[in-house]
Amino acid sequence: MIEGILVEGLIYGLMVLGVFITFRILDFPDLTVDGSFPLGAVVMAVLLVQKVNPFLALIVVFAAGFAAGTVTALIHNKLKVPNLLAGILTMTMLYSINIRILHNRANIPLIKTETIITKVTSLTEGILPESIAVLVLFLIIIMIIKLLLDLFFHTDLGLTLGAMGGNEQMVITQGVNPELLKIIGVGLSNGLVALSGALAAQYLGFADVNMGIGVVVTGLASVMIGEFLFNSSKISMLTLRVILGSILFKGIMYAGRYYGYYFHMTPNDLKLITGILIIISLIISKVKKARR
Amino acid sequence: MLEMVNVSKVFNAGTVNENKAISKTNLRVETGDFITIIGSNGSGKTTLFNLISGNVFPTVGKIIIKNKNVSKEPEFKRAKNVGRIFQNPTLGTAGQMTIEDNMIIALTKGFKGLKRSLTNNKREFFKEHLKHLDMGLESRLKDNVGLLSGGQRQAMTLLMMVLSRPDLILLDEHTAALDPKNAQIVLDLTVKYINDYNLTTMMITHNMNHAIKYGNRLLMMDKGEIILDVKGEEKKALTVDNLIKKFHDIRKKSLENDEILLS
Repeated sequence: MIEGILVEGLIYGLMVLGVFITFRILDFPDLTVDGSFPLGAVVMAVLLVQKVNPFLALIVVFAAGFAAGTVTALIHNKLKVPNLLAGILTMTMLYSINIRILHNRANIPLIKTETIITKVTSLTEGILPESIAVLVLFLIIIMIIKLLLDLFFHTDLGLTLGAMGGNEQMVITQGVNPELLKIIGVGLSNGLVALSGALAAQYLGFADVNMGIGVVVTGLASVMIGEFLFNSSKISMLTLRVILGSILFKGIMYAGRYYGYYFHMTPNDLKLITGILIIISLIISKVKKARR
Repeated sequence: MLEMVNVSKVFNAGTVNENKAISKTNLRVETGDFITIIGSNGSGKTTLFNLISGNVFPTVGKIIIKNKNVSKEPEFKRAKNVGRIFQNPTLGTAGQMTIEDNMIIALTKGFKGLKRSLTNNKREFFKEHLKHLDMGLESRLKDNVGLLSGGQRQAMTLLMMVLSRPDLILLDEHTAALDPKNAQIVLDLTVKYINDYNLTTMMITHNMNHAIKYGNRLLMMDKGEIILDVKGEEKKALTVDNLIKKFHDIRKKSLENDEILLS
């Protein structure tokens, strides 16, 4: 059980990192996520079924997610549409695209397909229990991505992205095209979200076009829960906080699923709980601000 | 350096809200000029700056910077030549980032790559320059800019702009939002940098005394036109009283907006 929470927290943590980049760093509330998460899952599934190398497939998945984010950024930049609406447009269009990628099907099983997980567990068979091997695998993947992100946000480009969320005029004054920065930022975010979807599909054993419903809200809830853990302005601590928030969120959902029946709750109520969690987080941070 | 040829800017053309913000303006700014600009609210001073910086494009006319027609060039491209400081001190710096991060972003203009330019050498360089501000910022490189006062932020914005060596700087009442003490400090720094680096400058001010005291040329704007352009010896001889009289003679009316009289 604890391994399950950790693994899910790590897998979804990639998605939460993506949501963190758009909502917190870029100040670009991006709803493309609900479409790019299943996009990553279906692209990965189709490639795996065709026996493409899983690590190569992950690169394709990232590119697909980046492209989805680029579409949202372009709609926002060129048509001067509010960022929320641009994201909803892309998300809606992706639903049809995802079904097409699955050759007009809504889901695809991966039970008998070779995945990153089966590759690794066959290597570690007899050395590590399967659940531990899976946990270590995802821990390594997410730590590598976290470190790459930390490095990225220390580069000149990363710093400029950081400046844009708070002050777009400053970025323009420094001679940088804010539209290009939005494409890079929203693209990067959705690339991570798609990777998260691809890992989730392999862990769950299937890809489904409906697996994206409400993902952006869970991502936002995870970001907010993480923000209660500790305060820091260092990017490495912020990304760590995001991942811890994701694990904590999965823990809360797990508790809801297993102990919720005491209050006559069913798994169908989890989305309601997620929304209430966000509202509670908003109230707490408001009260905290008022006290300062 | 800068040339505006027959530039007009009309907002909401063809509607009841039609507003001729700038009409048929010609202006030539020479390298090394330090121009002060005065005019009452709504006279078109800020629109003039918006046109030069590329924040808005002219309805008709041409804007030429360094012999290149930039009339339709977006703001971020012109920013490589044109530095601008706003009245609001929070617009020039990113408050949620540290002093050193802000300064490294400002050091080179244009698209930033995946380099890590922030080295210890650069930190020493920043400290050296921050010392000249005399605000103790040299020991606070890792503090968030949001912790600084408005005066400190504006001084930092000024330094960041100067370090990127723009060809032309636009100061849009950049001391108006500061308390009198800090306003004087920032203004003194501005004049020092303009002299040290021989910066071509256009400065909007509400303070007639400042407009007369600083610079080698003075423009007065009213209703979207430059109604007065005084240079050299003639400018040196100006006083507040004869400025007001000149306005009266040109416009055949007295100043209705007392804001221009603030001094």
